[in-house]
Amino acid sequence: MVMRNIFLITLVAGLAACGSNPPPSTTTSSGGDLLSSSGGADNGASTSGANESSIRSVGLDDEMAVEDTADALIVYFEYDRSEVSAQYADILASHGRRLAQNPGQRLRLEGHADERGTREYNIGLGERRAQAVRRVLLISGASPGQISTVSYGEERPASLGSTESDYEKNRRVELSWR
Amino acid sequence: MNKSSVLVIVVGMLLWMLAAGLRAELVIEITRGATRPIPIGIVPFGWAGSEQQPADIAAIVRSDLTGSGRFNALDQSDMLEQPTRGVDIDFDNWRMVAVDYVLVGELAQDGETFSIRYQLFDVYGGRQVVADQLLLERRDMRAAGHRVADSVYEAITGIPGVFNTKIAYISVSGVPPQQQYQLIVADADGNNEFVLLESPQPIMSPAWSPDGRQLAYVSFELGRAQVYVQSLRTGTRRVVSDKPGVNNAPAWSPDGRELALTRSDADGNLDIYLVPVIGSGETRLTQRRSIDTEPAWSRDGKTIFFTSDRGGAPQVYQVPVSGGDVSRVTFEGRYNARPRVSANGEAIAVVHDDRGKFRVAVQDLASGSLQVLSDGALDESPSFAPNGAQLIYATRRGGRGVLETVSVDGAISGRVKSVGNDVREPVWSPY
Repeated sequence: MVMRNIFLITLVAGLAACGSNPPPSTTTSSGGDLLSSSGGADNGASTSGANESSIRSVGLDDEMAVEDTADALIVYFEYDRSEVSAQYADILASHGRRLAQNPGQRLRLEGHADERGTREYNIGLGERRAQAVRRVLLISGASPGQISTVSYGEERPASLGSTESDYEKNRRVELSWR
Repeated sequence: MNKSSVLVIVVGMLLWMLAAGLRAELVIEITRGATRPIPIGIVPFGWAGSEQQPADIAAIVRSDLTGSGRFNALDQSDMLEQPTRGVDIDFDNWRMVAVDYVLVGELAQDGETFSIRYQLFDVYGGRQVVADQLLLERRDMRAAGHRVADSVYEAITGIPGVFNTKIAYISVSGVPPQQQYQLIVADADGNNEFVLLESPQPIMSPAWSPDGRQLAYVSFELGRAQVYVQSLRTGTRRVVSDKPGVNNAPAWSPDGRELALTRSDADGNLDIYLVPVIGSGETRLTQRRSIDTEPAWSRDGKTIFFTSDRGGAPQVYQVPVSGGDVSRVTFEGRYNARPRVSANGEAIAVVHDDRGKFRVAVQDLASGSLQVLSDGALDESPSFAPNGAQLIYATRRGGRGVLETVSVDGAISGRVKSVGNDVREPVWSPY
């Protein structure tokens, strides 16, 4: 419990509001920054797995695609940002609970960036994204030892090409069960 | 070591020698030459030996000099004479075809030893500018040709030549997720390419040791990032950084003893560390909740330049190696990243956001003035030639990664054409 709150605080400190370009292909449900501390509006999703705390509101002004609700999951991001969209709150919470209920299970997070910007800076961006997803999972009850992260930066694009559509598919964190 | 999932091929001296016979992947083509290239006559060298002439030295020199964009070599068919010794030159024959310089020479064989004698003349003064004789073994023909070109280039331009240097770069083939990555070392003219490492997982951030004998790089071959140092001669290597999370962006100290590199903490923040190449221990240089990465050493080894987004967008900062206050270095524009320090230490090359396009720029450290040198949209990874007169960098043309060169004044640019593969992250070797 204490650990969770520590992570929650860390999370809030590390997150900020972000832009609102409509990203990849799919879904249309509205969403915002998961666990954003900005604004104070109360129209948002709440943080599953997080207990009572000073954190209440999340902005909901965004659309993010959730691909595959089964075992694999890809979380997409805005350009040069690492905030996890509220769109992913429920699915990430379910992954987090699955980890909490199955201490022997392991999850690997691969952070990626689009090709804009320098390669080594993009390694940093991919790592930041992976850690942002990791923190959400920890809040949902996962233990730190269950989650490993790696950042590939722009080195392993999901989509070759230099269009905005390619970039949207490439700014991502891939979750894979081990 | 998880060997089953890894297909890493580390090849040593033997394959290096075999590779010399392979087709070159790269061809340099000048896309914008000097406004007034220097006209020069490069006469086919004489041959004094019993067997077939083993190399066309004049052709190597001609390719190097014209490939630099600063010279215009007279066609052989326009030469009124083809002497091989200075005493046989009739300068009127060269003034008539309007060349400023003429190079003559001879390759000779004595058993298994070869010699190259060459002389460069100033046509209008009728004066010998450079003359030398080189002794060499058969396998060093190309290197000897480059050496002659270096000597001619420096005598005429005042700038040391870089024709005998090498470039390292990453080559990628295939389509995600089935890609093959290669770390390649080649002569600066693209010949003699040699695959130092091959892996289905990304390889990045190659960096030459100051003596040119080793390369540091990042490999993901085990499914995580590790920094390796590999000997070019023997192919042997070892892991220098293998912490959880990010191990990235190695940069050699000028004395070759330390690497500045990037590691991450549990919050995903990247910081610069100093790590000994041999031995253990580490020094953490930056402490911020930001992405601090892409370190580069000042020439005197006292300062580390690096990229940080501590102010919002990425900019270049500097920190004393001994620790201390961080100060910002770049101010022009919203994005300046991945600094590389020039040969004389007075300027840095960066990737600069030029009105929405990522381009190579050089900033003078004393004045702070910044000049954009490239004209692409995704130009990155600039690397200074060891003479400081030009840069090689990566860009995308026609959906593929290609390498380009540009002189530091922006006047001369060239393209290093590659066959098939995506190439990226070029690094120019030291002398």
